[in-house]
Amino acid sequence: MKHLRSIDELGLDGLTGLLQLTDHMAEINQRPVPKVPALRGRTVASLFFEDSTRTRLSFETAAKRLSADTMTFNVSTSSVNKGESLRDTVATITDMGVDAFVVRHKSVGIPWQISQWTTASIINAGDGAHQHPTQALVDCYTIREATHAQSFAGMKIAIVGDIKHSRVARSNIQAFSLLGAKVTLVAPPTLLPPDVSHWPVTVAHKLDEVIGQTDVLYMLRLQSERMAQGHVPTLREYSEQYGLTHKRVLALKSDAIVMHPGPMNRGVEMQIDPSDVKNSLIHRQVANGVSVRMAVLFELLGSGSNLGGQA
Amino acid sequence: MSKSASINSSREAMTAADVSRAIVRIAHEIVERNHGVEGLAIVGLQRGGVWIAEAITEQINKIETSVAVPVGALDVSLHRDDIGLRPVSLGAISNIPFDLSGATVVLVDDVLYTGRTVRAAMEGLNNYGRPRAVQLAVLVDRGHRELPIRPDFVGKNLPTHNKDEVSATAAGVFVAPHSEVGK
Amino acid sequence: MSQSIVIKGATVVNRESQQVADVKIENGFVVEVAKNLKGDLQLDASGCIVSSGFVDLHAHLREPGKEEAETIETGSRAGALGGYTALVAMPNTDPPQDSVAVIDFVREQGKRAGLVDVVPSGCITLGRQGESLAPMAELSLAGVTLFTDDGNGVQDAALMRRALEYARGLGVTLAQHCEVAELTKGAVMNECSCCTDLGLPGWPAIAEELMVFRDIELVRITGASMHFLHLSTKRSVELVRAAKRDGLPITAEVTPHHLSLTQELLASYDSVYKVNPPLRSAEDIRALKDGLRDGTIDAIATDHAPHPRRDKEMSLDLAPPGMLGLETALGVVLAEGMCEIRDVVALMSWNPAKIARIGSTHGLDVAAGANANLCVFDPELTWSVDPDRLASKSTNTPYAGKTLRGRVRHTIFKGTATVIDGQAQK
Repeated sequence: MKHLRSIDELGLDGLTGLLQLTDHMAEINQRPVPKVPALRGRTVASLFFEDSTRTRLSFETAAKRLSADTMTFNVSTSSVNKGESLRDTVATITDMGVDAFVVRHKSVGIPWQISQWTTASIINAGDGAHQHPTQALVDCYTIREATHAQSFAGMKIAIVGDIKHSRVARSNIQAFSLLGAKVTLVAPPTLLPPDVSHWPVTVAHKLDEVIGQTDVLYMLRLQSERMAQGHVPTLREYSEQYGLTHKRVLALKSDAIVMHPGPMNRGVEMQIDPSDVKNSLIHRQVANGVSVRMAVLFELLGSGSNLGGQA
Repeated sequence: MSKSASINSSREAMTAADVSRAIVRIAHEIVERNHGVEGLAIVGLQRGGVWIAEAITEQINKIETSVAVPVGALDVSLHRDDIGLRPVSLGAISNIPFDLSGATVVLVDDVLYTGRTVRAAMEGLNNYGRPRAVQLAVLVDRGHRELPIRPDFVGKNLPTHNKDEVSATAAGVFVAPHSEVGK
Repeated sequence: MSQSIVIKGATVVNRESQQVADVKIENGFVVEVAKNLKGDLQLDASGCIVSSGFVDLHAHLREPGKEEAETIETGSRAGALGGYTALVAMPNTDPPQDSVAVIDFVREQGKRAGLVDVVPSGCITLGRQGESLAPMAELSLAGVTLFTDDGNGVQDAALMRRALEYARGLGVTLAQHCEVAELTKGAVMNECSCCTDLGLPGWPAIAEELMVFRDIELVRITGASMHFLHLSTKRSVELVRAAKRDGLPITAEVTPHHLSLTQELLASYDSVYKVNPPLRSAEDIRALKDGLRDGTIDAIATDHAPHPRRDKEMSLDLAPPGMLGLETALGVVLAEGMCEIRDVVALMSWNPAKIARIGSTHGLDVAAGANANLCVFDPELTWSVDPDRLASKSTNTPYAGKTLRGRVRHTIFKGTATVIDGQAQK
């Protein structure tokens, strides 16, 4: 495996392989000294064109726990947004001796474009509304950890919210489906992509019709701009119809799981405090972030799967 | 299985009975060298050393019944010095559910060869705490060391050609010579 | 100029006849079409077709304003190599072609290059802003016969109605880039399952169809002539078909890329496939081809839109839309194999010459007395597209590395050979 750019590129084997590898990394993180020399001498560069302290720190911690060196390029949105500068930046950093780029950008397709300009491995930390594969890995791992299920066959997962603009949703729909889950999207038609008939999902417009049967309730964040763009009349109406309210928490099955990729818009999609929700795994999603990213970095840079059969 | 070293056939270097006797002897030696089992912890290296570590621990706990000596398993794959040079497959997950700080840790492996696995293991141990001492028990020492590592307890010294393949299980230790045409 | 040229052994394709004959050209005119002719310069054309030169209703020559992408000279050369003897220059230059000064400049640059007739189109609205009418009467006196705000459609229905009424009075034709801008904000590709997967805003077909419908009705009440640029959807074809059945003065064009490339190509994240209107579905392509065959669509026009390499290297959402087209048009059309050679000539020469109102000098039957604006092409020759070897200053062709069928061998413009054996002569 040379890159991790999207879940469909990763495939089921790649996905289960990384989840198993994450178990190893999780054990390392339990040790008093959670550090192994596995990626010593390797350099991982973070190219974050969109602000995200949490994901970036998660990757950097993961790299450091594997003893890799890290470089961070906090690129201001103004200067390096044009294609030419991006290409130069990538080439220059590659010349400095970088083994992997972790890239987050608001434009779809950047990880694939960058792959043409460098020999380093590319890890997609989010490209526009397209994919966020490490988040999907974190979410799958968190569910697997809680349910001890290797396969999600028969599991009912409801993804609620702004599917249309969500890279987390796109990656998760692919990942959950690959593992065998039944995915239902819950959103008003304006927050769904124009045509999802070829996706392996069912669609519901009323959360209350679905919430009582769901095994995993996955809440997406609704950005406040969506109201200005006419996707929802008001945030209040959205929150009443699609938010996790106290009443809806009571409607959940006793063993149902609640998840959210963060950051949360309190009062919008989450009306209650997640720590008040019995089966919220949101804190596990955060905790598992480093282990998952360690697995990804090790798989791409240390496992030798790129060696092409050399002994 | 013939005992003569003909090309392409394995020879049996230790029988099952030899193996089990060696394990018992090593268990006694460990207790003797350490003047008892105080502060002792046994850690088997994934994968080949784990069954031996468990067998040794079982023996030790029969010899000295006052204190239960703990046993753990350590996967050294992530501490190897050849990561990136050849494909790495991870063994089972490490499991050391006790504090190693101040303990006398006896690392256990099946075959001691270049010494690199043991070096990786000593580095891995550091993640779990700072042992007071580290000792090494192996079922077979086949020579060809590449690092200054020496075992404290040995089941059998077994001279081999460096292209031989050595396998060690409870059923016995076998050496499969590497055939070289036209040598 | 006094040198006579003979095109030897081609099949002469005219409206009512086809025959293998030599064509002799002297002093800017065809003087004889017969066998065994002699002249100063003999151009071998065996196995080739000779017809009137192609006329492109839709080329972005980028000068003035974006000369790094293309100039009138380099665009003309690309046109000549593609068999074109006339190009209608789109007005979204900088400054835009909404004043006589710019119109004259563009025409002069075309003359100076001397490779094709550069026919400047004028803007419908000032600055293409869509707010007030451009001085169409003044521009038409300067020779402009086709007006468009291409790059954008005229959004305001009332303004479009006024423009059509005014145009009717002048006897000129308005051409519309049909796109309701409110529906295509941020759009990068056709609204379809592929854009759902990519998480990119889509360009829905109705954004084009709504304006096609609107303008057909406006033509119905104003009686002005309307030409629809780059139609791309099935429903657009149906609307125009019905309008023509009603006898309305409407014409339409389609680009070679909309006849051959589909939306799935955008999954490669390569901005070379980003274009306005976007690449659509296989079903739309079928409908467009049907429209060509039954006369609903009158012309093939390239919408040649050069962009510098670094602009097209940007991500899908940031890259400017547009593809090259002049040098590959014939090769793409013949490779698609959807109609006879005679129909190809009608679509690429006779009909566009009429729509551009240059039918007195272009799109004429190859016969004694006709202006010598001719194209000689080999309809069977296959060739592979190398973007770095195109005459255009830019390289954004979606056919890079692809094999096309049909290539221009010689082009004659005003009696002079601008292209001989596939090589530009200046």
